[in-house]
Amino acid sequence: MLNFNGMDNMSQFPYGISVMEITYVVASVLFILGLKMLSHPLTARRGNILAAFGMGFAIIATILFHKKDGEPIGNIPWILAAIIIGTVIGWIIAKKVKMTAMPQLVSFFNGMGGAAAALISMMEFPHVSSDLIARQGMANGQVLAILLGLMIGTISWAGSMIAFGKLDGWIGDLRIRSLKYVNIAILILLIGFIVFIMTRDVEAASELTHWIYIMFAVAVIYGVLFVMPIGGADMPVVISLLNSFTGVAAAMGGFLYNNQAMLTGGILVGSAGSILTVLMCKAMNRSLLNVIVGVFGGGGQSGLEATGSIKEITLSDAAVLLSYSKKVVIVPGYGLAVAQAQHICHELDKILDEKGVEVRYAIHPVAGRMPGHMNVLLAEADVPYEQLIESDEINPDLPNTDVVVVIGANDVVNPAAEDDPSSPIYGMPIVKARNARNIIVMKRGMGKGYAAIENLLFFDNKTRMLFGDAKSSLQNLVNEVKSL
Amino acid sequence: MENILGFFLQHREAIFIVILSVFLGIEVISHVPAILHTPLMSGANAIHGVVIIGAIIVMGHAETTGSMILGFLAVVLGTLNVVGGFVVTDRMLEMFKKKK
Repeated sequence: MLNFNGMDNMSQFPYGISVMEITYVVASVLFILGLKMLSHPLTARRGNILAAFGMGFAIIATILFHKKDGEPIGNIPWILAAIIIGTVIGWIIAKKVKMTAMPQLVSFFNGMGGAAAALISMMEFPHVSSDLIARQGMANGQVLAILLGLMIGTISWAGSMIAFGKLDGWIGDLRIRSLKYVNIAILILLIGFIVFIMTRDVEAASELTHWIYIMFAVAVIYGVLFVMPIGGADMPVVISLLNSFTGVAAAMGGFLYNNQAMLTGGILVGSAGSILTVLMCKAMNRSLLNVIVGVFGGGGQSGLEATGSIKEITLSDAAVLLSYSKKVVIVPGYGLAVAQAQHICHELDKILDEKGVEVRYAIHPVAGRMPGHMNVLLAEADVPYEQLIESDEINPDLPNTDVVVVIGANDVVNPAAEDDPSSPIYGMPIVKARNARNIIVMKRGMGKGYAAIENLLFFDNKTRMLFGDAKSSLQNLVNEVKSL
Repeated sequence: MENILGFFLQHREAIFIVILSVFLGIEVISHVPAILHTPLMSGANAIHGVVIIGAIIVMGHAETTGSMILGFLAVVLGTLNVVGGFVVTDRMLEMFKKKK
């Protein structure tokens, strides 16, 4: 912050600091504009690039002009080396990873930010000025910012790594009902640490450094246990929540350094991330508390019994049915993503389009493993986004739809969400596939969806099952339609 | 009580920014279509990489070898967050095309 009282010597006007602060203002504006533009399809890409420029400016200005107690930034060669290493690794990972692995990648990068915030807190703690401690004791704003930054950053890092492992499939769910009590106890313990450290009567913060490491370890345990029991459909909510955690942790750094760019950027992400989290919870008709402490899936036994039987359909029948329809709606789910079938799916819709069939996609907000996951995948396959319709919008039109093709989706078309109050997904908005004239369900087998509950849609009289891997099924279907 | 009031007085600018940013964040994001949720989350993820500024400051004033190593690590991780975040978001958005 510009300190005019320190400018007794008028010849020493702090040009550098002024330039830096102005750059921070510009960076903050670019972050805000970037986020704003990211929320519209046409401007989203430019918005992202704009925010990236803001970040670049802020970084350069900090390296060139930042002063702490009159000291400029040192170790510049090392800083540049670290930035180059981070850039190369980050760039390569981001470019190489498959589109289906996007959710875990976001989680991974989020964890990196959390870890950086935690490291900053750990290193700054022993350096809290002893003047400040002499004046106000340990209970001052700086110590609070450091401790909160450490706690939130560490939880975000540990949690994100677990979320990364889960989505990547090498960490399973841990569902123990008593775990939530353990978690609440650990959370209280962490807050206890903060109170304890802030009420110590010491001359220098460095006397308490060992407590910082203990607190770090406990926060790691909390982060791990916090995410361990959460599974399946709730994963996106957790990633979004951890995302906003990291934002808050970054803002703590802004508070500590009196750095407005960090403060605005961090809080902006913190609040935007929280509201996104709430939006996602709403899409599943669940409360945030329910997601965090509730144990989802497996528990709910359907009160409704399956009536009717599973009926299969042959490829040629399916091809005929589709080719002679007027309106077809495709409901994609995670099965489409794992089978990497988005391209062949688009091929099917193009061929049908040539035959005069109107093909649209019904996108459920939480289909896949992240909100908008399906949009990203289908966009990768060049499906124009005008063809992707949100479930609320397409539902009224489904009774006039000849065929709904459900590809690897389950819970998002499960009528139990409307009929069965005992079902764990009761009340969740769904794609009302059963209202269509015919339903074709492509599935690998009779396994249950991620929420592990029975789906009565599969037993419906209008439903025909097409078992097999989504990619090969679609490929065969395309060949059949072509040969008609 | 005095402590708490004093705290507010001392940090009023930061508290002001925090409160306004909270509303701004909510306002900016509340009209986003579900289609853009994933890229938006990813873009926001990149923006909180601004924590890298803190890492640079820490590294820039590190004196002992230990703090040099930790600072170096913090800058690397912060850069990963920033660069990875923006590149991944761009890759996602690259695929949103308008129908010709």
